[in-house]
Amino acid sequence: MEQYYGYFLYLLSLLTMGGIYAVLTLGLNVQWGFTGLFNAGIAGFFAVGAYVQAILTTPIYARHLGGYEWPIPLAMLAAMALSAVVGYGVAKICIRLRADYLAIATIGIAEIIRLVFKNEGWATNGPRGISQIPKAFEDLPQPWNTLAFVAMVLAIVMVIYLALERARTAPWGRVMTAIRENEAAAAAAGKNVERFRLESFVIGSALMGLGGALMAQYLKQIDPQVSDPLTATFLVFVMLIAGGSANNKGAILGAMLMWTVWSATEILTSRLPDEFAIRSAYVRIFLIGLILQFILQRRPQGILPERRPKPHPRLRGDRAPAANTGSTKQ
Amino acid sequence: MTCRRRFGEIMDATPILRVDNLVKRYGGLTAVDGASFEVRRGSITGLIGPNGAGKTTTFDIIAGAQPPTEGRITFEGNDITGLPTHELFHLGIVRSFQIPKEYGRLTVIENLMLVPPDQPGESVWATWFTPGRVRAREREVLELADEALDFLGLSHLREELAGNLSGGQKKLLELGRGMMTESKLVLLDEPGAGVNPTLMNKIIEMIRRLNAERGYTFCIVEHDMDLIARLCDPVIVLVEGKVLTEGPFSEVGNDPRVIDAYFGGAVSAAGPA
Repeated sequence: MEQYYGYFLYLLSLLTMGGIYAVLTLGLNVQWGFTGLFNAGIAGFFAVGAYVQAILTTPIYARHLGGYEWPIPLAMLAAMALSAVVGYGVAKICIRLRADYLAIATIGIAEIIRLVFKNEGWATNGPRGISQIPKAFEDLPQPWNTLAFVAMVLAIVMVIYLALERARTAPWGRVMTAIRENEAAAAAAGKNVERFRLESFVIGSALMGLGGALMAQYLKQIDPQVSDPLTATFLVFVMLIAGGSANNKGAILGAMLMWTVWSATEILTSRLPDEFAIRSAYVRIFLIGLILQFILQRRPQGILPERRPKPHPRLRGDRAPAANTGSTKQ
Repeated sequence: MTCRRRFGEIMDATPILRVDNLVKRYGGLTAVDGASFEVRRGSITGLIGPNGAGKTTTFDIIAGAQPPTEGRITFEGNDITGLPTHELFHLGIVRSFQIPKEYGRLTVIENLMLVPPDQPGESVWATWFTPGRVRAREREVLELADEALDFLGLSHLREELAGNLSGGQKKLLELGRGMMTESKLVLLDEPGAGVNPTLMNKIIEMIRRLNAERGYTFCIVEHDMDLIARLCDPVIVLVEGKVLTEGPFSEVGNDPRVIDAYFGGAVSAAGPA
């Protein structure tokens, strides 16, 4: 029985981490999947969210900013808002860059953010980080606290999913896809490409900040390592591409699946003799890279490919097409 | 379709577009070298010239895709030099591209539904908080798009991804985008390039109908002399970035200077495509 309880808790942890990653992946989906913005600085926005949550909710402590003790939901909103503001600033500067240059710029910005958190010790306690971060529902008895937290994370994922799906299938999503497909033509159709790209970047950044705020609560402590590009940027990209870029369900599926792979491999490798267990950390990274390669070569559209909204019903009866139709393909 | 002359006197003599002394230099290369011309309201004006004459560059500048080095462009009496493409669209200037630029992963009907202005659903907040308004406008847009598809004879492809269309069908779709808004001036860059004769006839017919029924003014860059001869009046000849001559095709086509520019001298290799 004890053992099953352990499995149950492990399942909950998978769902929680998978859910938090799903928030990040959905955020990336808005930027990369819908609009084609190559944000390689997910870790930066994630870290902003995590630190805002930590600073606003922790009790007073001499070594970092704090003592504001904001209610958790309010802090989460603030985390989203500040990530959005940072995203806006970044986008204002680099949104006109083409995909690969935007990637380079955002990697750089994420690195700057990480270094700021690492070096501005008065605010962030430097490399030692911030601990004792309050977590939603932690006063409930075990396992209800864990269950309630999982439920909250999954509910948040669900709300984001519904909102993004609504937006994707609306004219807004149509414009975003048009911009991704052909920027010049979208401008020629009267769309203010820069404004839409900016909007997409800001929404994505806000979601990444929310992911950070959830992660800060779940881990209860953060340090500059949270913005390690491997787990906060690279893994999120793998999740989105594996699940299916531009497909919101795919983003969630990819996050859950890849997190399970990532986590399960840790269990497997930890059973190896010490000497190999240390080395095997790199094997996990290699494995993720291998999966990415396999997907890109064999199924570039991901597990759940992009799907356009349901066909639009004809509002008027079918009329005879105009004379001399160009129906024959050349 | 009924005869709709939305813009009043369609063969008005006042120019809808004026290009004054347009210059575009790329480093040492002068692509457009002081070109000046007018496009009459309601006309189907042809812009011809050998390869490298600066036709597409001129188009790009008019359409706001790049700024001119010097010169002025006036649309309906207003200076529009250097305005971005999306703002020109809202003034009524719509363009097509030499190589069709469809939105490949959108369906054919979505390619058209994208175009109309004033769609509340383009605000992400409206999609969440006022879905009723979004849906109402979406119905109007859908009807307009179906009307355009019927006109183009592409209705059977409405749910197909635009990326799967043939080259000619993509050209038709580009033309269709111009029908989704109150266009005043439609700039077509080689609408007949790489199109089979049947489809070419269809494109010519579409342009004529849009001109006659909806009062669109067209300015067409084209290498296909047959299309120019059948459709365009007047024809403006651009050579080495300058306007060489202008007039009905019958005159321009027999002008020895034009023949020389196409077939003789330094540009002998360039002939009409």
